[in-house]
Amino acid sequence: MTKEKPITIALSGNPNSGKSTLFNAVTGARQHIANYPGVTVEKKSGKVVHKGREIMVVDLPGTYSLTAYSLEEIVTRDFLINERPDLVVDILDASNLERNLYLAVQFKEMGIPLIIALNMIDMAESRGIAVDYETLSLLFGAPVVPMVARSKKGITELLDKVIEVASEGQEWMPKLISYGIDIDQGIEKIEDLIIQEGIYDKEYPAKWLALKCLEGDEEVWKYIERSHETSQNVRSVCSKISRHIMRTLEEEPEGIIADHRYGYITGITKKSVGRMIESRLNFSDRIDRVLTNRLIGPIIMMAILYIIYEFTFRAGDAPVAWLESLFDWLKDILSLVLPEGYLHSLIASGIIDGVGGVLSFVPLIMFMFFAIAIMEDSGYMARVAYMLDRVMRWFGLHGNSVIALIVSGGISGGCAVPGVMATRTLRGPKERTATLLVVPFMNCGAKLPVYAMIIAAFFAKHEARMMFIFTLLSWSFALFAAKIIRSTVLRGPKTPFVMELPPYRAPTLKGTLIHAWERTWQYIKKAGTVILGVSVVLWAMMTFPGPDQSETAFYQGKREGINASFLSLPEAGKVLGDEQELMELNTLVDEYGLAVKSGIKDVEDLKGRPFFPVVRSIFDIRDGTDRVAGTGYSRFASSYINYRKRLAILEGEEKAAALRGTIAGRIGRSLEVLSRGIGLDYRTNIALIGGIAAKEVIVSTLGTAYSLGETGLGESRSLPERLRHDPNWNPLVAFTMVLFTMLYVPCFITVISIWRESSWMWAGFSMAFNLIVAYLIAFIVYQAGSLLGLGL
Amino acid sequence: MKKIIKMREMSVNQRGVIRKITTTGEMGRRMREMGLVSGTDIIIQGRAPLRDPVAVKARDYTITLRNNEADHILVEVDDSE
Repeated sequence: MTKEKPITIALSGNPNSGKSTLFNAVTGARQHIANYPGVTVEKKSGKVVHKGREIMVVDLPGTYSLTAYSLEEIVTRDFLINERPDLVVDILDASNLERNLYLAVQFKEMGIPLIIALNMIDMAESRGIAVDYETLSLLFGAPVVPMVARSKKGITELLDKVIEVASEGQEWMPKLISYGIDIDQGIEKIEDLIIQEGIYDKEYPAKWLALKCLEGDEEVWKYIERSHETSQNVRSVCSKISRHIMRTLEEEPEGIIADHRYGYITGITKKSVGRMIESRLNFSDRIDRVLTNRLIGPIIMMAILYIIYEFTFRAGDAPVAWLESLFDWLKDILSLVLPEGYLHSLIASGIIDGVGGVLSFVPLIMFMFFAIAIMEDSGYMARVAYMLDRVMRWFGLHGNSVIALIVSGGISGGCAVPGVMATRTLRGPKERTATLLVVPFMNCGAKLPVYAMIIAAFFAKHEARMMFIFTLLSWSFALFAAKIIRSTVLRGPKTPFVMELPPYRAPTLKGTLIHAWERTWQYIKKAGTVILGVSVVLWAMMTFPGPDQSETAFYQGKREGINASFLSLPEAGKVLGDEQELMELNTLVDEYGLAVKSGIKDVEDLKGRPFFPVVRSIFDIRDGTDRVAGTGYSRFASSYINYRKRLAILEGEEKAAALRGTIAGRIGRSLEVLSRGIGLDYRTNIALIGGIAAKEVIVSTLGTAYSLGETGLGESRSLPERLRHDPNWNPLVAFTMVLFTMLYVPCFITVISIWRESSWMWAGFSMAFNLIVAYLIAFIVYQAGSLLGLGL
Repeated sequence: MKKIIKMREMSVNQRGVIRKITTTGEMGRRMREMGLVSGTDIIIQGRAPLRDPVAVKARDYTITLRNNEADHILVEVDDSE
């Protein structure tokens, strides 16, 4: 067989016509996702080999029309004109033939070779709609392939047809229908004017350009204006026709053209579509009677959102814990192979903590996206937008903004990165930017550990209630901030809501998984690349400059003092001879601890070492399983544990002192002037600076700043306990801290996403705006609370 | 008796035929591409919990639009209903 040129086909169709299902069914999992140049519309492509021919499939964005009003439509048109695919496969929902054909007619007008994939014929049949495919094909003038993409019926036939049509090598042939005598004549005149003028690209069919001029298509007008003279002439023809039509029919040419398209379609469907039963309330409508009911609808919506929240956290808990222990395990291995020092610290605290902290959330985020994908693919998300549009509109947003807010953490535990990307479903640029800017206020998964720690410290009795309050607060802040933004910097009209409520459909597992995975991957990719660099920078800021010699010597002296005083105890003297032996014991305790905890080392291997029985009884005492009560070591063991605690406290103090002297510590301290106003000290400032990289870092940094040391026998004291006893902290400070964490600068990855989705100006605005809002709110709450005496 | 009213004034479950779209620009275009053109049979399917937007059944599928958008659609309805 000769190697033939691969065929390129473009897949187009209305939203909800099953386009993605067909694309997935044809190309399988081998897909390539990119953006169309310069815009944030996704471009998916994939390859399939059928009967020895390579077919390249490009998935165009779902669109209802080929006007130039939305990005999706412009992208579709530009792709067809510039890339010249061999043909377009227009996928139609068989039970929605009339509106779906509206797009097909416009492909005919452009003239590109066309195949109609008539999808979901099973659904149409069950609704009593019978399509006569041959008559439809004959009347419409394009091959029609009936299919059910979900169950892969008709895919082979479709690919056969693709090869057949592509082999004919048809030229583009714009086929206009009749739009009434006035417009038809106008098109002829304009076409002549365009052909006469030599400067226009032959890629654009002149007839089509003429039609688009009459439709008032801005993109085409820009193109026509390349020749001043022709554009003047075309304009005079257009305005003449427009005046005449307005006088006689009281309608713009654009409206008349649309009416004729529908007239043409109705003519075809009358002859090719039979209805066996009268259109009545179908299954979907009956579900809507309940799910969008004025009274029950909102209650069910809340219940569904709550179930998703429960599902995500229950299902995500275990894998998150596994990943966390995996990263702990990595650190344990590291401490065996690398000596303490800067390299060890860089890898353990910089890279593993930073990247691991972000990656640990992947399961949670994946489950959340899985649930959201089910909501979207089933058609329920459109109902949520429909029910909440009135509320969103009051705040200057759009019904569809709800989706972005939910993805970002509206039900706690989302992520603002995919949330920012979910704003792509918004058509109006102002509503979109406003949504983009308030999305970081939601309670994403990374903020939750901060809340959990603070609740454990100060509001332990009211855990669920506090979480609920924080959720309500984040929604209120996001919505009111949107209102402010939309009535100041982004003032402007509301975009039309006119949209389709797609029929309910059971989502396919494959489709849902692909959908959820795509978003999760966006998170991993961004997190994996950006966060690595940021973690290293942050680590350096929190490590350098290191402690000076006098400080190191001071702590060394203290450590020696603790050692000496332990050795001077009578029970210690019986077991240990000198400091040398004490060090040996300490090492063995650490190794034994690692062996018991992670199993990296075998306990058996340690058995031959001196002091092994002592170590065993130390751990038995710690765990309260005193098997060796009679061995005489129990008294020694208790004192030893005490000794290690003192060492750990000292180590914590040393680390905290070192952190205080670093770049981050200095910044934190100089910011204390401001942060005092909201009750926060420099330690919290350092943690919050770390949180700019990723909010996951806040709790662990707070731990270091508050001198938490580890003994090898367990932690010295928990962070909540430490904060509860700190004179700087009280419930009011804790509450203010939560508010500040909720609202202040979005994490680095989110800022970058905002930048990519809008501009660096908006990304900068977002950082400044959020910081100011956070400070103001925290200031008011803290000051008012202090006046009322709540801070005691 | 037939009469022409705005779509906003229709009640749930009321039927009618679109007679005119009185808006141009993006809103008009959106309506047309969604299949709301004169001559289309419609039935009001429901209203959102806050009575806005409204869900309309046309050509076998459901379209939602806000009340202030429905103001631009003139519908011929049966007076006796």
